[in-house]
Amino acid sequence: MKTIIKLLLVLAFSMLSWPVSAALRVFACEPEWAALAQELAGDRVSVYSATTAMQDADRIEARPSLIARVRSADLLICTGSQMEIGWLPLLLTQSGNGRIQPGSPGYFEASRFVAKLEVPSVVDRSLGDIHPAGNPHIHTDPRNIAKVAEALTQRLAQIDPENADAYRARGKSFLERWRSAIEKWERQAAPLKGMPIVEHHRAFVYLVAWLGLKEVGTLEPIPGIPPTPSHLAGLVEAMRRQPAKAIVYSTYNDPKAAAFLSERTKIPAVMLPYSVGGTDKAKDLYGFFDDLIGRLLGVVK
Amino acid sequence: MNRPRLMAFAVAAALGLSNSAFAVSDQELKDLREQVRQMKLEYEKRIEALERRLQQAEQAAGKAEAAAGKAQETAVQAAVQASSRPVAENALNPGVSLVLNSVYANLSRDPRGFRIDGFVPTMGEIGPPARGLSLGESELVFAANIDPYFRGTLIASVSPDTNGAEIEEGYIQTLSLSNGFTIKAGRFFSGVGYLNQMHAHAWNFADAPLANKVFLGDRLAEDGVQFRWIAPTDLYVDVGLELGRGRKFPGGPDGGRNKNGFGSGVLFAHIGGDIGTGTAWQAGISYLSTSPRNRRFDDPDSTGTNVTNSYNGRSRLWALDGILKWAPNRNPTTTNFKLQGEYFRRREDGDLTYDTLAQSLGTQTGAFASRQSGWYLQGVYQFVRRWRAGYRYDRLNAGTTELGLVASGALAAADFPILSAYNPTRHTVMADWSPSEFSRIRLQFARDKSRLGATDNQVLLQYIMSLGAHGADKF
Repeated sequence: MKTIIKLLLVLAFSMLSWPVSAALRVFACEPEWAALAQELAGDRVSVYSATTAMQDADRIEARPSLIARVRSADLLICTGSQMEIGWLPLLLTQSGNGRIQPGSPGYFEASRFVAKLEVPSVVDRSLGDIHPAGNPHIHTDPRNIAKVAEALTQRLAQIDPENADAYRARGKSFLERWRSAIEKWERQAAPLKGMPIVEHHRAFVYLVAWLGLKEVGTLEPIPGIPPTPSHLAGLVEAMRRQPAKAIVYSTYNDPKAAAFLSERTKIPAVMLPYSVGGTDKAKDLYGFFDDLIGRLLGVVK
Repeated sequence: MNRPRLMAFAVAAALGLSNSAFAVSDQELKDLREQVRQMKLEYEKRIEALERRLQQAEQAAGKAEAAAGKAQETAVQAAVQASSRPVAENALNPGVSLVLNSVYANLSRDPRGFRIDGFVPTMGEIGPPARGLSLGESELVFAANIDPYFRGTLIASVSPDTNGAEIEEGYIQTLSLSNGFTIKAGRFFSGVGYLNQMHAHAWNFADAPLANKVFLGDRLAEDGVQFRWIAPTDLYVDVGLELGRGRKFPGGPDGGRNKNGFGSGVLFAHIGGDIGTGTAWQAGISYLSTSPRNRRFDDPDSTGTNVTNSYNGRSRLWALDGILKWAPNRNPTTTNFKLQGEYFRRREDGDLTYDTLAQSLGTQTGAFASRQSGWYLQGVYQFVRRWRAGYRYDRLNAGTTELGLVASGALAAADFPILSAYNPTRHTVMADWSPSEFSRIRLQFARDKSRLGATDNQVLLQYIMSLGAHGADKF
């Protein structure tokens, strides 16, 4: 017993003298916020993304490596709106890190700064995996990214006041570039206006609203419930009467259901990157929207 | 509107002029012309005034439009604020959730006679459920942040029988200590081993491994304090210390000793990380030390009398655990695999008192020393969305148990039948179906050789459903 305690103490002290880098450590729940933090703070931060565009952020396990990253984080950037309800609370309580608990400056919820769509008036699990605070997939509208960028710039300045001016300057320059990019995307996406699409999960609701697409159905019968044969058969029938232009699914969805419907209806199935890193082209936030619009335009042409 | 009227007037005037051309004099004509000119001027003035008013009206309309735009913007901002209200766990009420479960059991052996031979009975509920249909224990969870510094959790299990409600866990934990430190105090599942900390609804099989049954009495929940520290490294490393009352097996007596200070201590350490893009792992080592006093167990002796024996001494348990989880791109929605195993090794050195109530051959005390171990290994594979299948192998090694009373010839080995050298084993297979992340229906078949010379074939059909606040399960 004594030797164990000695061993543990030696281990503990060796850990305390671990090299600590000067950069602000950012733990992002989703890759879009990791990319945004990188845009806004450059090499003043070292960013870790808990998830990738290949994962369903609703279903993540609080694995040891995530706890280890949260433990040392100075700033936590998550979507909120119960997107991470199944795993983030556990990371927070297990981390032993008081700086990033809800209510402290190190805790940043992106969805608090944008208007949410699909805020349900009735909340009941029989309606599927719905989010009482509204649809949390806010990052597919670049105007939301701009709003979050403004708020995040302020937060970075608050947490790291020494570099506040640098964050503000960087934030301003990003917003200028971002706004002109939005104008460019809106011009490019003009032919998409009114295009009817079928979605796998309502993960692109904000994109649909931004570009004026028309969602005419989802492969999931209700949110979070996988496509059923009877529901797909109903969609095939509906598509015969009023065909959509595209069947849209994201990088983390099982492509089988989309392929099934596409085969039956001859409507092209389009895989969209769910976030930054979802496809080769979606290397950063700009690339993400370039690719989203490019892939949708590919169907129209 | 004004121009046509003016035109009409001009035309009428012109016609009137031409008609009366012959009847009027030059002077009259002049006067008339003058009148027409003045009327024209007057009308032009009026037209000008009207045009000005129109222009003003248009400007006002533009302003109104701008104002409307601003109002809309304000409305959008209000909507942002309204839709961005922080949604706490049901406003300020604690998050409440409930886990319901129920089981149908078909057992080839009578569950009332269940025992694990070769090992000191834990006197806990370790047997299979009653035959036929029965409601399992319902789990009621309350949890919320107390303030910025503490979080509180209460988990009660409500027994369907007369036992009533039992507090499984009820603890507070620190939130703001930082530097990786967390302190938990109250009653909590001990950090010894891996499965011991998981709630039954999160288990991958309907029952606990045999090793958890014999070494931890199914589950060790301690009244005490836990200190835990996580290292500031990217590789997950934690170490922890628990000081407890020793209220349950392997401590004793039941309820804990009448003693100041601590009745049990646990040390644990874990290490964990990721491999590649799909695998996560964790390995742990833990040590439990306790000194039971008058830890009782019942066992029929050689005369067939069910006597009560009691143990005084030390009990030390080592546990090794390992977990490996895999999912393509860490997206477990469609397919995933989990491998899990634990190894326990226990040493007990002390005295065993036979027949404390002097019901049979008379109360006698002798030395007791045992070295025992046990392990299990299980794998669960989700082969398609919603469906999983799993296999578990259990094995216990009775090892050596030295009884002073038997060695001295005072009593025979037959007076302690449950301590006879026997190595129980069990094979378990299961398949479950989870329509959503909140519901699960499981079918399990086990071939249980816990009892010497008697194989129990167990079929269990079970549902586990959770409702209320969204829980988060440990890795």
